[in-house]
Amino acid sequence: MKDFINAYSWINIHYLLQGLWITVAVSLVSIVGSYVLGSILGIVRYVNIKVISPVVGLFIDIIRNLPLLLIIFFTYFGLPNLGLRPSSVWATILAMTVFESTMIAEIVRSGIAAVDPGQMEGARANGLSYGQAMYHIVLPQAMKKMIPALVSQFISLIKDTSLATIIVLPDLMHNAQIVYGQNSTYILPMFLMIAVMYFIVCYALSLLSRSLDRRMS
Amino acid sequence: MIAIFHNYGSLLLQGFGQTLLCSVIALIFSLVIGSMFAIFETTPIKFLRVIARIYIEVFRNIPLLVITMFFYVVIPMFVTKINGFTAGTIGLTIYTSAFIAETVRSGINSVDPGQMEGARANGLSWWQSMQHIVLPQAFRYVIPPLGNQFINLVKNSSVLAFVAGFDLMYQGNVIASDSLNTMSTYICIGILYLIITLPLSYWMRYLEKKLA
Repeated sequence: MKDFINAYSWINIHYLLQGLWITVAVSLVSIVGSYVLGSILGIVRYVNIKVISPVVGLFIDIIRNLPLLLIIFFTYFGLPNLGLRPSSVWATILAMTVFESTMIAEIVRSGIAAVDPGQMEGARANGLSYGQAMYHIVLPQAMKKMIPALVSQFISLIKDTSLATIIVLPDLMHNAQIVYGQNSTYILPMFLMIAVMYFIVCYALSLLSRSLDRRMS
Repeated sequence: MIAIFHNYGSLLLQGFGQTLLCSVIALIFSLVIGSMFAIFETTPIKFLRVIARIYIEVFRNIPLLVITMFFYVVIPMFVTKINGFTAGTIGLTIYTSAFIAETVRSGINSVDPGQMEGARANGLSWWQSMQHIVLPQAFRYVIPPLGNQFINLVKNSSVLAFVAGFDLMYQGNVIASDSLNTMSTYICIGILYLIITLPLSYWMRYLEKKLA
């Protein structure tokens, strides 16, 4: 019990919260980046432009079937071979954005495919161009279907930022390791605390997605 | 790149084997545990439903790395010493089983409730109807998503690199720091991962289309 009281001193908790902030900030930037990039990739793959779509499709299939950890290593330790030297924060954001955007591209593609083709035909028959029909008619409906899958992807993105500990991103996991590295009696309390912190962030997001889903349907 | 395969072939092969081994072990156990919790969630017994809900929500919302490190760092302090491979496999099993439970549960729910009612009306017990009527139908629905879980499992097994599990990713780091050719090493490792995951992912897409 005494271990827990000592381990949860304000200094340690404050340090963990700093880590949590890095986790959340890096996740947020990656979520925005991968959402934008992923939507573009997904739409390009869906609309079947000659040459471009198959190439994009191959890129998506390759990246999404690799471990994220490998991509993180690649951006941090591999890119310097090409003369690029991103900091650990930017390497993480870059790796997460590229990896997650391919996952999101697949969600977007299958979301668009799930919209009744009659919607597109109807819109075209009413005189809208393909782009207009896509933007005003198909995408908003696809969006509704995608929300649960998108949010669970974002949740796994937040969890996966912990992998960047290995390239010394000062995130929640990393800061917890620093704290329990000083005193081995802090190990159990630290693990419980970071588990709770990750859980709160991710569970809150999944509750939000459920309420969004309910309101839309 | 060819030089990497040539010089470090045995290390790469060893890592490849460990990655496959740990993925298959974790898959088998997480299928069993995940199905168990999925069945718990659909039982009429409230206590089991609550237990299953808590298990699934907790382990789905905590990073795999935290679970794995817990077994690698905390368990040896209080219970018994375990090596990195075991800790990693246990962590993967627990994490994946929560996702599989969710997948199987939605499979069970997508079976027409009339099937269960019909089976019960014909005199089968709840468990008999579950086992002989509902589960076989549910598994047909969940094969493609289960395949995707296995792909995720193979990718997630790279977490073994954190706990000295001697998997592909770990050997990749060893080779990268030995050969100093990080770029080609990681490309080689990527190719080896793709050998497992890419055919699986195309096969699952084919099955999805066929079953739909």
